[in-house]
Amino acid sequence: MPKLPVLSDWPVLRQLRRRDPSGLGSTAASPRTRSLAPRTASADRVARSICPYCAVGCGQLVYVKDEKIVDIEGDPDSPVSQGCLCPKGAATFQLVTGAHRLEQVLYRRPGGTSWEAIPLEQAMEMVAQRVKKARDETWQERVEDEGAEHHGDQVRRTLGIAHLGGATLDNEENYLLKKLFTALGVVQVENQARI
Amino acid sequence: MAECHPVAFRWVMEAKNRGATIIHVDPRFTRTSAVSDLHVPIRPGSDIAFLGGIIHHVLEHDLWFEEYVRAYTNASTIVDEGFRDTEDLEGFFSGFDAESNTYSWETWKYQGVDGVVPAAGHKLVYGEEGAGRGDLRGTKMLERETDPTLRHPRCVFQLLRRHFARYTPEMVEETCGIPKALFLKVAETLGRNSGRERTGAFCYAVGWTQHTVGVQYIRTAAILQLLLGNIGRPGGGIMALRGHASIQGSTDIPTLFDILPGYLPMPHASLPDRGLDQYVNNNASATHWWSEFRKYVVSLCKAWFGTAATPENDFLFDLLPRLTGNHSHMVTVSEMADGKLKGYFVMGENPTVGSMHGALHRKGLRALDWLVVRDFTLTETAEFWRTAPEIARGEVRTEEIRTEVFFFPAATHTEKDGSFTNTQRMLQWHHRAVEPRGDCRSELHFTYHLGKRLKALYAGSTDPKDRAIQALTWDYPTRGPQEDPDAEAVLREVNGFTVADGRPVPGFAELKDDGSTACGCWIYSGCFRDGVNQTARRRPEREQHWVAPDWGWAWPANRRILYNRTSADPEGRPWSERKRYVWWDEEQRQWTGYDVPDFVKDRPPSYRPPPGARGTAAISGDDAFIMQADGKGWLFAPSGLLDGPFPTHYEPEESVLENPLYPQQCNPARMEWHRRDNPYHAAWGDPRFPFVLTTYRLTEHHTAGGMSRWLSWLSELQPEMFCEVSRELAAERGLRNGGWATITTARGEIECRVLVTDRMRPLRVKGGRTVHTIGLPYHWSFVGRVTGDPANELIGFVADPNVSIQESKAFTGDIRSGRHARGRRSVTDGVALREPEPRIHAPRDLPGLHAKKRSPPVEPPEPR
Repeated sequence: MPKLPVLSDWPVLRQLRRRDPSGLGSTAASPRTRSLAPRTASADRVARSICPYCAVGCGQLVYVKDEKIVDIEGDPDSPVSQGCLCPKGAATFQLVTGAHRLEQVLYRRPGGTSWEAIPLEQAMEMVAQRVKKARDETWQERVEDEGAEHHGDQVRRTLGIAHLGGATLDNEENYLLKKLFTALGVVQVENQARI
Repeated sequence: MAECHPVAFRWVMEAKNRGATIIHVDPRFTRTSAVSDLHVPIRPGSDIAFLGGIIHHVLEHDLWFEEYVRAYTNASTIVDEGFRDTEDLEGFFSGFDAESNTYSWETWKYQGVDGVVPAAGHKLVYGEEGAGRGDLRGTKMLERETDPTLRHPRCVFQLLRRHFARYTPEMVEETCGIPKALFLKVAETLGRNSGRERTGAFCYAVGWTQHTVGVQYIRTAAILQLLLGNIGRPGGGIMALRGHASIQGSTDIPTLFDILPGYLPMPHASLPDRGLDQYVNNNASATHWWSEFRKYVVSLCKAWFGTAATPENDFLFDLLPRLTGNHSHMVTVSEMADGKLKGYFVMGENPTVGSMHGALHRKGLRALDWLVVRDFTLTETAEFWRTAPEIARGEVRTEEIRTEVFFFPAATHTEKDGSFTNTQRMLQWHHRAVEPRGDCRSELHFTYHLGKRLKALYAGSTDPKDRAIQALTWDYPTRGPQEDPDAEAVLREVNGFTVADGRPVPGFAELKDDGSTACGCWIYSGCFRDGVNQTARRRPEREQHWVAPDWGWAWPANRRILYNRTSADPEGRPWSERKRYVWWDEEQRQWTGYDVPDFVKDRPPSYRPPPGARGTAAISGDDAFIMQADGKGWLFAPSGLLDGPFPTHYEPEESVLENPLYPQQCNPARMEWHRRDNPYHAAWGDPRFPFVLTTYRLTEHHTAGGMSRWLSWLSELQPEMFCEVSRELAAERGLRNGGWATITTARGEIECRVLVTDRMRPLRVKGGRTVHTIGLPYHWSFVGRVTGDPANELIGFVADPNVSIQESKAFTGDIRSGRHARGRRSVTDGVALREPEPRIHAPRDLPGLHAKKRSPPVEPPEPR
């Protein structure tokens, strides 16, 4: 049974008592409204980050609660972006938490018609074996083609393997990629930066 | 800029609020145009004519910043007497070899100087006689001839004046379709906004780079900015607005075929077997900053090969693989399609959508033994064997594709530590917020563990070919059950350290060439100064001055404006109070200012090198461009470019116009791929393809869509592929707003919705002809939350010779009303799409003296 209204809850009195005679200030808020807070307020921690889309480099604040990202906002401290994000930057939350993200390694056999899930460790070993095989089979110590421009010259490389890396990768990742592939003799190492 | 870099554009608006004039040059009227003072519609592919016209105007009306030009550019330098300009040779420079379609730089050099090493670009001259067998170049640099009066007929200033003499306002109108009055307004506005008190800036993006003359577009802007005194000064510069978070970082620490970290060229096959000394001679300069070259390559070898790298074995430099030519993306894909590759790694990229000629890319993928794709979800590149158009149409059967495909789910930037280098050369660290789920891993994790496994596989080998992978330093600390490598440990190696005690070096000036220092990327040296991750610094902007040096870290040496010595006059004083930035402090006897001075810190403006000076001692007190071998900004580029020391207007590979400026139609040094599956239209006037096509990006999507087309928030905003056409073209072709259209080139055919808009305007060019341009966004393809035909299927393989970037901003095509597309592709449909063959023979290359042998089309082998 609903509580009967008491005189002191009468809006006019409440507004007068709280010095909000027009009723447009704090008295207009319901208890529920007063209890609401942005989900960023209850985050366990905030990680400082940078937008992964274009190259402007807007600052991002990544709010984490219970080891899950609950929100991503612009970083007001950033001299680049002063807290702003564009439509893409503002969609970063969906980019990193969306259902489109796959969490399993998939494998398609030669001639296969569907994907198969395989364990990460197995896939890593299969790739390592294939790199070794392709490299060993296509190794070029010197240019051996008769009549080639650099016939006889030392090249120490393989043209059997190539790499194309996105420009959203970190510097540290690109560094290890270039270092590893160069040591393997892979020269066809390329990037979105070419495009 | 308002559409593709909206948050950066806030600063343009801030400048406008403070009185700046904003000029927007674009074939389309966009959100940028809407808030600019002037919108200048231009025919795609004609920007050199436009900018050249401004250069002409600035020179003819004496609007150039004389003190700046005299002190800081090579305007007074005398060029070799063998040099011939495009004015003399019908659109060619001297030194062109019609057999190989390449230029020799022999006649472009400074008078009497034996090689001028550029700050960047192509340092090696493979084509020259005795290439890779020479001494250190540039030893006579200080003895070069100059004419301070700028009157000598072969001084750079007079050559420049002559070269751009034909770039008149009338020529601009005929070539670019920009009315003379509008053009003059732009030229006057820019030209008058120069001098001690005023600066102007250029911003550009891939609208300038994706051309067969893309590098020369930017060169033209560089010449203009040097003439106006706008390089190295606050409010000046040429800003490359890059499209991906760390695309700048991907060239600094490259995953590119032709360079090692820090823009050190990859070794070339022309080196002798024991090649370090020769490599240094090829790339170092006798004078100025590149004289330090050896320190950087030795420190890199020490970082990569550790204790195995010793002075006795040349620090194992000879284990590095060597190039024999161009191994860039399109070259590789073309060879892939011919079955020459076995394996391919694609990480965070979607080339069947984001590159050019997607059907040819997929043909390449079908011919591989194995493909590894790392991404957030199954992109078109991962799904090429299952849902590609040619599979849907039954032209290719999935069962017959023998390629093994591995898909590895990637971690996002919020799931890993690391740094991006953003478009302003600033490194910014992003911190891990949460652990990646399931099998998601970072590329750092993947690469590190792949390397560990390969080192194990090769551990017992005695084959000399495996020595590099055995000697490779690969011990990075890991954390957690996933054994994630420590990104900061990698950044420490990039920063560099002294080998004896492992302490981070404070900067590249401390690197040595004796093996006592190691450094993974010399230009990033200092990013871990004092053992502190400088890239993670986040002092709020309100707590520091306007340059904000304590936020992130900019290479080199946390310098925010390159070549900022020019922000002071030759005597070291600020040009004006208003434009004060870096200056000489006579009391302290050093350079100081708001930014880290880009100069030898204690070298006074009055310093003049003694005769015969070498190395950094050769840097005169007013040699502001310390990376150049002569210390000057190059109006004329004596080396470094493969297609000319001056920019020259050439038409795109496919154009609607015959070149209005020169008899030579196209860039003679451009790269072409003559393949049956990569047909070209006629050079101009092809009746089958009467319209200009240009591509662009939308605010709501990201490149190939891998980071946007799967997101409902963004897909809802831009759900469908479309084309933009003018009312006039719509009337001519019966196109209805919101209806369907089919767009065709010889490479492929796509369908999309039509947007009829006043934002596209027909342009009037030479002879009163009307040119229609069709605008195409290119984010969509056949998988994802929203799908559509990719513009990419229309674009052919053809490229700029300097940087091997494709021409996707200006080509020709046809448009018809309705949904007629059968989705044909030249790759799988053979000749059908090319018919009827054009009956016209518009030559791209001038016959006669410069006749060249381009390979005729050949039928490539059938894919397996």
